[in-house]
Amino acid sequence: MLAFLLRRIGLIIPTFIGVTIAAFAFIRILPGDPVLLMAGERGTSPERHAELMKQFGFDRPLWEQYLDYLFSALQGDLGNSLVTKKPVWDEFFTLFPATMELSFCAIVFAVVLGIPAGIFAAVRRGSWFDQSIMGTALVGYSMPIFWWGLLLIILFSGMLGWTPVSGRISLMYFFQPVTGFMLIDSLLSGQKGAFGSAVAHLILPTIVLGTIPLAVVARQTRSAMLEVLGEDYVRTARAKGLSPSRVIGVHALRNAMIPVITTIGLQVGVLLAGAILTETIFSWPGIGKWMVDSIFRRDYPAVQGGLLMIAAIVMVVNLIVDLLYGLVNPRIRHTR
Amino acid sequence: MSDNTILDASDTRAGGWRAALSEFWHYFSENRGAVIGLWVFVAVCLIALFADVIAPHLPNAQYRDALLVPPVWQEGGDWRFLLGTDAVGRDMLSRLIHGSRYSLFVGCIVVTGAMLVGVTAGLVAGFVGGAVDTLVMRAMDIILAFPSLLLALALVAILGPSLTNAMIAIAIVQQPHYVRLTRAAVLGERNKDYVTAARVAGVGPMRLMFRTILPNCMAPLIVQAALSFSSAILDAAALGFLGMGAQPPTPEWGTMLAEAREFILRAWWVVTLPGLAILVTVLAINLMGDGLRDALDPKLKRS
Repeated sequence: MLAFLLRRIGLIIPTFIGVTIAAFAFIRILPGDPVLLMAGERGTSPERHAELMKQFGFDRPLWEQYLDYLFSALQGDLGNSLVTKKPVWDEFFTLFPATMELSFCAIVFAVVLGIPAGIFAAVRRGSWFDQSIMGTALVGYSMPIFWWGLLLIILFSGMLGWTPVSGRISLMYFFQPVTGFMLIDSLLSGQKGAFGSAVAHLILPTIVLGTIPLAVVARQTRSAMLEVLGEDYVRTARAKGLSPSRVIGVHALRNAMIPVITTIGLQVGVLLAGAILTETIFSWPGIGKWMVDSIFRRDYPAVQGGLLMIAAIVMVVNLIVDLLYGLVNPRIRHTR
Repeated sequence: MSDNTILDASDTRAGGWRAALSEFWHYFSENRGAVIGLWVFVAVCLIALFADVIAPHLPNAQYRDALLVPPVWQEGGDWRFLLGTDAVGRDMLSRLIHGSRYSLFVGCIVVTGAMLVGVTAGLVAGFVGGAVDTLVMRAMDIILAFPSLLLALALVAILGPSLTNAMIAIAIVQQPHYVRLTRAAVLGERNKDYVTAARVAGVGPMRLMFRTILPNCMAPLIVQAALSFSSAILDAAALGFLGMGAQPPTPEWGTMLAEAREFILRAWWVVTLPGLAILVTVLAINLMGDGLRDALDPKLKRS
């Protein structure tokens, strides 16, 4: 297991270095030099320009600048935002809990509905139930989620008035963030109705962000289940006279879950991409909206830092999924 | 695969193609959803092709006397505008019809571009191996480390927002999938007897890669092409929605949605219809993709 662990970590290092190079290159590829970008429309005098170039180290060789960038990034220094002047690292981690809370709810939504749906569809293969579940899943998989969000707002916020349109909690409630997770903070605050308000604000974004993962999980569960149900050991279990629920729920499900776990892990990238759209629609103050806003504000250090952090998070989660996969499936560990 | 394909491919090719095509259709048409998807897709293609003839109005013509007119079946509807008008009095139906052009165009260009680059890189990586392989695959890992829409967004931020740049960005984001698929298929085929036979017969590396090996790796690539066609349409619409794709007044569906956002609670049709157009098109292509996978994946064939 240790060798497997080391090999996987060894594989991730060159990719991580590549990602830092990509993020470093991001600002340099832009037309104009970095100082002009920071100065913006106003521009600077040539003397001031040269001085700034020196101050930020842009006059040194590229590789030196890159190494500098790499080492400060490793120490958590991603530069300062051009707009707020605050460190990008701090901004990222102030907003990250909001995205994490939303993504977590979305993936729970997808798993809680998707796995049972997939199992039932597989067990009743070819039935109208299977067909309607898989039909719905394909619609979900094809959904432009930014439109889906708008539709839900029209229906539930506009026509029915059940849910709020945007934000994380009603403006009536105010308390200092403790964990950054609104569901926990609202409970800790002890204010009456705060938790309910936080939940109400979460419902629509969760559904929107969870739709594609839900479809993927349901489809993947169904096909994994179908594959396992055809195996000899399942037939043996049935022949022994075990109850169908035990054969499906214990014997088949355990092995069917292996590819499903991987699929769930791979949804992290999907969730972070989906968060960009979902957060924009619902004005959810998270990383996705912050990235879009930063791009529009031409806040390049923020975009650069965000790109690097998000890629690092995706890579770490994928590594963990890989390791978990090796843990539950010994065959993977010992290949190559 | 008949035995004499390597030695005398030209003689059997025509018959082989026809047989393969009819076998393909046999499996494809078993999937009802796939056939429906194909018909819808053909319909969308025809609409795009004849948009100028079908559309009742010009997509950017503004009728100042008819702002936010609802569809005909609603109170206040106007027979001139079957699906209503938007906030500056442009006919929704005509804009939707013209929008199909942009979506299909995006799909075609992105898939072609991503496939050309990706398949070539994958072939070379799998065929040459060694340092080239490592280099190409690590580069692909780097692209895949970023969520696709985020990377596309960042690339568009560098290149400047426009439909062309959005297409370039989406193609870049999608080609790692082609590289990985092609490389995996090439690794599976590289050491088979027919390749060795061709090599012994003196076939050069270029011909070996593109004429001998590639045709036998096509099945997963065709399925991937369908999948990436639909996700290209979705991503382009998402970029348009975020203001980073096609720019107004282009009647691109995602851009139309972005323009319609402020009327979300007043005029449901300006928001609902463009999204419905995206959904129907993408769903049709995905249905087709499922059918293609069933028909082309030898593992699932019941023969």
